[in-house]
Amino acid sequence: MGDGPDGDDIAEIGETDIAGDSDGLEQNDGQRFDRLPETPAERTVEGRVSREEVLEYFADRFDIPPETFDDHTFWEKGAGKIWIYAGEAPTPLAIEAIGMTCLRTRQEHWKPTTDFVQRFGTHASDCVIELEGPEARRFVAGEDQEIDRWDGDWGYLIATHEIGSDVAPMGVGLYVHGELRSMVPKGRQRDLP
Amino acid sequence: MEPLERYRPIIDDFKAFLGACERPLPSAVRINTITASTERALAMLEADDVAYEQAEWNPRVLRLETASPGSTWTSFHGVTHGQEEVSAVPPVVLDPQPGERVWDCCGAPGGKATQIAARMDDRGTVVANDSNLGRLSALRFNAERLGATSLAVTNHDARNYSMKPFSFDEFDRALVDAPCSCEGTIRKNPDALEDWSPDHIASVSGIQKGILRRAIQTTREGGTVVYSTCTFAPEENEAVVQHAIENEPCRVVDFDLDLKYAPGLTAWEDETFDSTLERAARIYPHHNDTGGFFVAKLEVTA
Ligand SMILES: C[S@@+](CC[C@H](N)C(=O)[O-])C[C@H]1O[C@@H](n2cnc3c(N)ncnc32)[C@H](O)[C@@H]1O
Repeated sequence: MGDGPDGDDIAEIGETDIAGDSDGLEQNDGQRFDRLPETPAERTVEGRVSREEVLEYFADRFDIPPETFDDHTFWEKGAGKIWIYAGEAPTPLAIEAIGMTCLRTRQEHWKPTTDFVQRFGTHASDCVIELEGPEARRFVAGEDQEIDRWDGDWGYLIATHEIGSDVAPMGVGLYVHGELRSMVPKGRQRDLP
Repeated sequence: MEPLERYRPIIDDFKAFLGACERPLPSAVRINTITASTERALAMLEADDVAYEQAEWNPRVLRLETASPGSTWTSFHGVTHGQEEVSAVPPVVLDPQPGERVWDCCGAPGGKATQIAARMDDRGTVVANDSNLGRLSALRFNAERLGATSLAVTNHDARNYSMKPFSFDEFDRALVDAPCSCEGTIRKNPDALEDWSPDHIASVSGIQKGILRRAIQTTREGGTVVYSTCTFAPEENEAVVQHAIENEPCRVVDFDLDLKYAPGLTAWEDETFDSTLERAARIYPHHNDTGGFFVAKLEVTA
């Protein structure tokens, strides 16, 4: 309490200028991109995750080395929607888009996007499930399927398949009770031969 | 085909030209090197039993022997992107380098913007702009599908573009892939000439001049601006570049391109253009069995 930047000024500025909560934190503005703070201690917006927590999540859950993202910054626009960007930009930023959405936070189980997994999933070695031919085709068609050989964690997994003598990440599946639910969004689903 | 008659005097082998315009276009894709190397992409296509032929001028451009290049594993993985062969030319001429700041003034639906990002190893800043919000959503979808993390997307009229949102005030390079009368897309789109009129050409040429001027103004001294259209009309090509060299600090420069093409024109009807316009390229459909295209490369001199 009271350790936020300019904590003393907030009362003077008044609540029309900054919608503060009891910790002196601002609310998320869903209309613009804000760069994530480096650490939780530097947070100025309520509920916003930090870069450190995002890197920790990718490392803990999927064993993606944090250095993978040395040339990228992370941003929030829309509550809990995290974007990954390689370019230059000041924060805050009110333009149409930067980079790609990579992660959904502000919910109990964070969820990476299909596009992120296809772009960065080759760096993962944990919570990665390799699917066989027909399983892979069902997955990209958006179908749910029984898979009983998985004895790792439940929750969001990276689904891969072998093609051209190497594995390629396809997207995210939700694994619960022996079933893998494809999270590939409608617009990315395909019926492949 | 009637509007094309007026090009009879400037096109060698006009019969071959008309013949090519009447044939459908072979389907082509570009390998997206952001998500896979060229070797890896080819291995995936082979595993998927999709036959391909690499373009001689650019090994990342493939002609696929399939009617639906979107229904392949490589497309699902964002490793290939359906893009007309000549449409891959402007980013090659632009030659952006990793780490640079590049503006794609008329960027939607994003074929060239994502190709620019790929040529920069997805490092640097590619500002992809378009005035049409609906087309921008297609650009955003393509950018995410192809994993282009260096893209920033804006929605403005390029003619009075403001650098305000950014932390820098000039670009290293800009691509003006201008809105045009699209005569060169006749093979893909048989009714491309339906709305053809001299008035339409005159009005679109005014827009093109405005966009190219702004692109030159926002590019640093020594930087590069590439101007391209998919049309044959000299009013939209040489005349637009001529207007730029008369009004902005820039000059037309040479470039290497391993395709067959004709030089830019130095005269059209009662207009004459600077002799340096011969450095521009007119790619006709019968030259390389592609669509039609015009490309000019400019260096900003102040
Ligand atoms: C030839 S298309 C661009 C294709 C794109 N470069 C690609 O490779 O996918 C021309 C684009 O210019 C846009 N446009 C038209 N007038 C404009 C203006 N004044 N400012 C910015 N964009 C404009 C159109 O909406 C259209 O998307």
